Amino acid sequence: MRITELFDNGEFVVTAEVGPPKGINVDHVVEEAKEYLSGITAVNVTDNQSSVMRMGSLPACIALKNAGLTPILQLTCRDRNRIALQSELLGAAMLGIDNILCLTGDHTKMGDHPGAKPVFDLDSVSLLHTVCQLEKGMDLSGNPLVGEAPKFAKGAVVSPCSDSVDAQLAKMERKVMAGAEYFQTQAVFDSEKFISFMEKAKQFGKPVQLGVIIPKSAGMAKFMNNNVAGVHVPQHMIDALAADKERAKAGITGVEIAAQIIKECRPYCQGVHIMALGWEAKVPELLKLAGI
Amino acid sequence: MLITELKSKDTILSLLTGKVFIINCHGCKEVWFPEEDANALQKELPNVTGILTTDYICNPEHLKLRLSKHEAAINEADMILVFSCGVGVQTVAGFFPEKKVCAACDTYALPGFQGVTPLEYDCKQCGECYLNLTGGICPLTACSKGLVNGQCGGAKNGKCEVDPNMECGWERIQRRLAQIGRLDALKCPVQVRNYATDAEVSKK
Repeated sequence: MRITELFDNGEFVVTAEVGPPKGINVDHVVEEAKEYLSGITAVNVTDNQSSVMRMGSLPACIALKNAGLTPILQLTCRDRNRIALQSELLGAAMLGIDNILCLTGDHTKMGDHPGAKPVFDLDSVSLLHTVCQLEKGMDLSGNPLVGEAPKFAKGAVVSPCSDSVDAQLAKMERKVMAGAEYFQTQAVFDSEKFISFMEKAKQFGKPVQLGVIIPKSAGMAKFMNNNVAGVHVPQHMIDALAADKERAKAGITGVEIAAQIIKECRPYCQGVHIMALGWEAKVPELLKLAGI
Repeated sequence: MLITELKSKDTILSLLTGKVFIINCHGCKEVWFPEEDANALQKELPNVTGILTTDYICNPEHLKLRLSKHEAAINEADMILVFSCGVGVQTVAGFFPEKKVCAACDTYALPGFQGVTPLEYDCKQCGECYLNLTGGICPLTACSKGLVNGQCGGAKNGKCEVDPNMECGWERIQRRLAQIGRLDALKCPVQVRNYATDAEVSKK
């Protein structure tokens, strides 16, 4: 099932994401997803997230699909050139993966193989363009594909609370032009910023899913403020997390914060994307508290 | 060594808006410059307010001196068309943050000494100059990922995710385009780089 069909039906689409393991056993990932994420629409599977080498997104997507979940294949341009990316897309379509999320990807220097060659032959925009070419039955060079063409729900990302929101909106417009059909955002902690971003982004007419992270501690919030692009946790949330460490540790404070953001932003977006970062078990509680 | 090759006449004509001031760089010895073709083409261009032909326009101090003698013609012009390698175009664009500065050439690499260039501007000798789409700031050298379709999500407080001392190249481009009223350049078709002309790939 392509998640664009749900957006088209006006549904509020809930997705989450999981990261494949640094190893060959996916049982733990699949079990957690089955237990905590089976109630939601689809599950993103990250592609060597933060440039840290792990099992590929595609085989982990297949494992989730076999367990009855709907995976979204994340595809970055950091590790593969246009030949490998197109080849991967054809393989994904053959295996029945029809939801994708196209990203540029973090730089190789950010991860655990900082000496690796960064590829970036394509970027998120030209990758979306490439997917559209494949859907028309030809490759990026214009050579015809044999037989049926693939069809994907094509997603992309945008960072609404970035300090360069104009550059983000310009990039979003280019992604729409290149074929993006839905957007997932970087984690939002400032509803007002998100709402004002959505006022500008609604001109593109594409569904946007609010990005949500459940903050685990004041330390994590401060770390994100200092190190994660496009993420800013306001001081009053950091204070709330610091006020009662046990409550924060148990996830109660974080879930309350995340649920409040979802409630405030819900009228302005078409779905929510939860990046649980290991707290998959809190997702059902978060959705309940947010009234979804 | 480098080769600067004229962009097609149609491409150059499409860049023109209003009155034009032309700068030719007959360069350093490391660059092969298509002097005759450039002269012939410039004779056909309409509304030229003046022509500055000099060498080493990549040297800001030297360029400043040369430009000072053409102040009136430059002020009269709506844009500056630069016939040089990518470093020269960026140096000129750096002098005129509020004027449209366009590259009339593509720069290719040849093996050998690459000339002496200022630290703040670099040309990747990609063979398909992007400076006309980016307000004269090279996205290949100013962006650590060499992105040609806009900013990634990795900039924090205006700095690159790779190097906190490096300004995000695409934020600079966005600001420059806003300054010269050319934000429409961000609506250009999807760019897919041709690595067959790129210095890294084509060098033997």
